[in-house]
Order: sequence, then C-alpha cells, then structure tokens
Amino acid sequence: MEKSRDSLKAAGVRAVAISIDSPEESRKLAQEQGYTFTILSDPNAEVIQRYDLVHAGAGESGKDIARPAEFLIDSSGTVRWVNLTENYMVRARPEQVLEAAKSIK
Amino acid sequence: MDVRRFNWPLWVGLLLTLAGGFSFLLVFVWIPATRDFPWANLLIFLVAAVLLFVGIRRGFASARRRPTLSKIVTSLVALFSFAFIALFIFSVFVFSRWLPPSTGAPHVGQKAPEFTLKDTTGRDVSLTQLLSEPVDGTPPKSVLLVFYRGYW
Repeated sequence: MEKSRDSLKAAGVRAVAISIDSPEESRKLAQEQGYTFTILSDPNAEVIQRYDLVHAGAGESGKDIARPAEFLIDSSGTVRWVNLTENYMVRARPEQVLEAAKSIK
Repeated sequence: MDVRRFNWPLWVGLLLTLAGGFSFLLVFVWIPATRDFPWANLLIFLVAAVLLFVGIRRGFASARRRPTLSKIVTSLVALFSFAFIALFIFSVFVFSRWLPPSTGAPHVGQKAPEFTLKDTTGRDVSLTQLLSEPVDGTPPKSVLLVFYRGYW
C-alpha cells in the first residue's frame, strides 16, 4: 500500500488501515515500516463487527480479529468497491483499487 | 551409482525443502504473483521430492556400510521433509481459506457504516472526517478502508 501511495494520492484516494492493534502498536509498526497512511485502532473489534468482518478467535490468544477486506467509499459515504478475500493471503492489488477509483469524480 | 557413498540426494532434498518453505516467507510473499499462488515454491518442493525419493532408495540400499543407521537417518530426514512440505501446502491452500462467511459486510451502493476510532496519536477520527478533511490542501475523492489482521 505504501508503495502505491503516490498513485493513490493522485487518484484522490485517502488510504486508511484498521485493525485491533492498539494505537501504540500501530505507531510502532508505522515507524518501523515507514507507513504514512492513517492507521486506526479498533481494539474491541466494534467497527470490525459493524462491517461484519470478525474472524472470531483467530488472533493472538484467541482474540477476535478482522478478516482482510477493502472498501472504497466515495465522498457521499457510499461504498463503490468491495474486496472480501476468500483466502487471507490473497489481498487486493493497488491496480484494482485505482481502477475502481477512476470512476469516482 | 555407488550407493555406499554419502547420500547427497537425501540431504540436498532436505535443504531444498527448507529453502522452499522459508523463501516463501522471506521473498515470494512480497511479490503478488508468487504470493497469491506460490508456484515457485511448489517447483522447489517438486525438485526436493524427487531428490528425496532418490535419497530414500539410496538410504535403503542393502550395500550401505551401516544399513540400519542409514535406514533410520533416511526415514527421519524423509519424514520430516515430507511433513514440512505437507504443512506448507496445508497452510497456503487450506488453512488460509478458513474464513468465516461475511454476508453482512456493506455492499456496493450501500452507505458505509459511520465509526469513530483512535489513530496512532490517540486522536479520535471519524469516517465523515476522513471523507471530508483535506489531504495536502485538497479534499479526497474517496477513502480506501483496509481492514487487516493485525501485526502479531
């Protein structure tokens, strides 16, 4: 995601990552990896629940975590593109996101 | 082929098996084409399996100097290697698909549920804010929400 930051930015896409990691853990991750996109913390998986993305008990010591998923949302708050992977090792490619972003004015 | 000599196919088979597994984690997982389907690793495993079979035949040949020891070592190395390959294939092709169904996730055309969460500085950030707050002076056209498993 960081690598395609410039092309995403050029397409007017703000990238935001969400996981159950605490703000401190995410800050460490961002520093180590040099991430500049917004990282949000959902420690109790409340938003993950609201988006029906809970992978129950799959995290460290049986914690509920998010299954990987990507949503592209336009400025009116409407979902324009969704990627729910069937295999957690297979994620959306930046090209797919950029293609979807093109149709959003 | 002199079967009394050092059983190199067995040991090279073991090394290739380990290389096939760890190269996925260290190298191939970062390349989308080999992450989504690890064909390079499967190829390495195939070569490893062939070498292991040759190694098993050698290790079990009766002309070996210490036949019993050779059989034990051969069996252990082969068993470990094949278990390793099986575990790799299981985690990549089976385990990683054990995801719960998500029927209630927002569909295309629906409103994305509003939320407020803390960012890495501890500041509360809402979806509305993300959609409207300018990035480098211009408001974003869209927001890409990426849910991920977490860094554990």
